[in-house]
Amino acid sequence: MISVDHLTKTFGTVRAVDDLSFTVRPGVVTGFLGPNGAGKTTTLRMLLGLVAPTSGSATIDGRAYADIAQPGRVVGAALEAASFHPGRTALDHLRVFAPQVGVTDQRCREILDMVGLSEAAKRRVGGFSLGMRQRLALATTLLGDPQVLVLDEPANGLDPGGIRWLRELLRYFAGQGRTVLVSSHVLSEVQQTVDDVVIIAGGRLVHASPLADLAAMATRHVEVASPDESALRAALDGRGWAYAPSRDGVRGFEVEGVTAAEVGAAAFAAGVELHALTQQVVELEDVFLSLTGQAAGGAVETTEVAA
Amino acid sequence: MKAALTSELRKWTSTRLWWVLLLVMAAYMAFLAVVMAFSVTIEPGDAGAGATILHGTDAALTVYTLGNALGYVFPLLAGAIAMTSEFRYQTITPALLADPRRSVFLGAKLLSATVIGLAFGLVGTLSSVAAGAPILSWRGDGAYLGSSDVLVPVALSVVALAIWAFVGVGVGTLITNQVAAIVVVLAFTQFVEPIVRLGLSAVDALEGVAKFLPGAASEALVGASTYASLGMSDLLGRVPGALVFLAYGLVLALIGRFTTLRRDIT
Ligand SMILES: Nc1ncnc2c1ncn2[C@@H]1O[C@H](COP(=O)(O)OP(=O)(O)OP(=O)(O)O)[C@@H](O)[C@H]1O
Ligand SMILES: [Mg+2]
Repeated sequence: MISVDHLTKTFGTVRAVDDLSFTVRPGVVTGFLGPNGAGKTTTLRMLLGLVAPTSGSATIDGRAYADIAQPGRVVGAALEAASFHPGRTALDHLRVFAPQVGVTDQRCREILDMVGLSEAAKRRVGGFSLGMRQRLALATTLLGDPQVLVLDEPANGLDPGGIRWLRELLRYFAGQGRTVLVSSHVLSEVQQTVDDVVIIAGGRLVHASPLADLAAMATRHVEVASPDESALRAALDGRGWAYAPSRDGVRGFEVEGVTAAEVGAAAFAAGVELHALTQQVVELEDVFLSLTGQAAGGAVETTEVAA
Repeated sequence: MKAALTSELRKWTSTRLWWVLLLVMAAYMAFLAVVMAFSVTIEPGDAGAGATILHGTDAALTVYTLGNALGYVFPLLAGAIAMTSEFRYQTITPALLADPRRSVFLGAKLLSATVIGLAFGLVGTLSSVAAGAPILSWRGDGAYLGSSDVLVPVALSVVALAIWAFVGVGVGTLITNQVAAIVVVLAFTQFVEPIVRLGLSAVDALEGVAKFLPGAASEALVGASTYASLGMSDLLGRVPGALVFLAYGLVLALIGRFTTLRRDIT
């Protein structure tokens, strides 16, 4: 289990991570989400002992990373941005870390095979594509067959086939009871992979729950407006629908959990004149965007039904 | 530590840059040895004023320890590049993930560089011996390859060149920017130290300071100095010289350990 406890990091005047707490349970894939600059990489670097927290702590199975004797056997971690010597071959890259992880050259070759790089084993990393680098980074994390995987933006640069392969790999690992934490700045990229989500923005936690709970926040509602407000109220009350005054200043209402067709039919039956009838669909991604404060004017998808 | 050392040695053997440095050093040392062997054995008659004739073991030592006198920039660069590459390519991130103990990382880097430095020492010294000895025995007083007065300094020149690689890691730990480290190494070895050494030895009050410069200290360890044999400077004793020389590497590495290597790796 990964546990992040009141973690804070300031770089000069930048508060990259701000009193962040969350836990990551084993047996599931957890998505660590947030927009660019949210503090994901900084949090992971603190978890991995590369960056010293300003305050707070982050532990893996109750231990700080630095206190784990042979960390490569317990935690497989890959951080964003290629960290390869361009003159080294893929196999040599793994062989460099093999002694500390305590594995043989044979294991290095097997892992290259597993990530689909066996053809490129003897090629220099300098000539690798972004996707190949991601695969090699992943190979490095898998070397010690770790119980905990920490991956920063592992899907960056992977082709659709690669993304599917990564998804299956992560699900397989979680299925074996391992702990898997993957960061991403787009929810849709990991939506089909993760069971839990931890969402941060501006260094702070904005949401942590199973993905299903986040999905439940994705609602739909209808905007409806009439010159005869009381008649419209009566028509809506007649159906027992929950509604509230419209937020965007139009003289009208937001009706929850119904379709535009239903509202239109109710108004028609009651003989109420309508000036606006709009279906508002809030997708999961929109929930993510509004949670992380990225929801701009057009983020909520609007379907005009009638006017 | 053993695992860290194996890892570091694999880092060396899986990259090519130091091989290039090693080859260039071999060629350069052979060339200098030929030039030097001719210049120290030239008859006063056929040379103009200023030619210095060296005799016997002095001539042999000057030629055979050229690696340390003029070729130390190669292992020094190799050591500095080994450390700064980690920062340049951010391989320090996976390195510290594999073993978060930063002192172990630095220690293994220093040790492995010393091992590779021995290769520079052997290659550099052997090529100056191989190129210089035939000329010395043909034109001078002989090659003196059987004399312990010559062989001990020659062996110590191998050791000194290895320590230069160690010092290089120290430089790279303190100056983690690769370009800056290379510029500093080149400027210091090619201009600053030679000029300062000559400058200091010209001023009586400061003459004692020059022998504490790293190049002078390494020559003290070897027990032979191109500068000294040309009457241009004084040296420390062999043991104090060796200690001063080692201290350069250790002090640089220690300062680096508590500054650059203590910082966040982002
Ligand atoms: N070494 C550093 N010095 C100064 N500021 C830093 C440093 N590292 C990160 N930051 C700042 O901390 C904040 C969080 O950065 P971080 O890299 O953790 O974000 P992220 O969530 O990983 O973003 P991305 O999705 O772009 O990878 C940013 O404002 C960034 O500019
Ligand atoms: Mg990041």
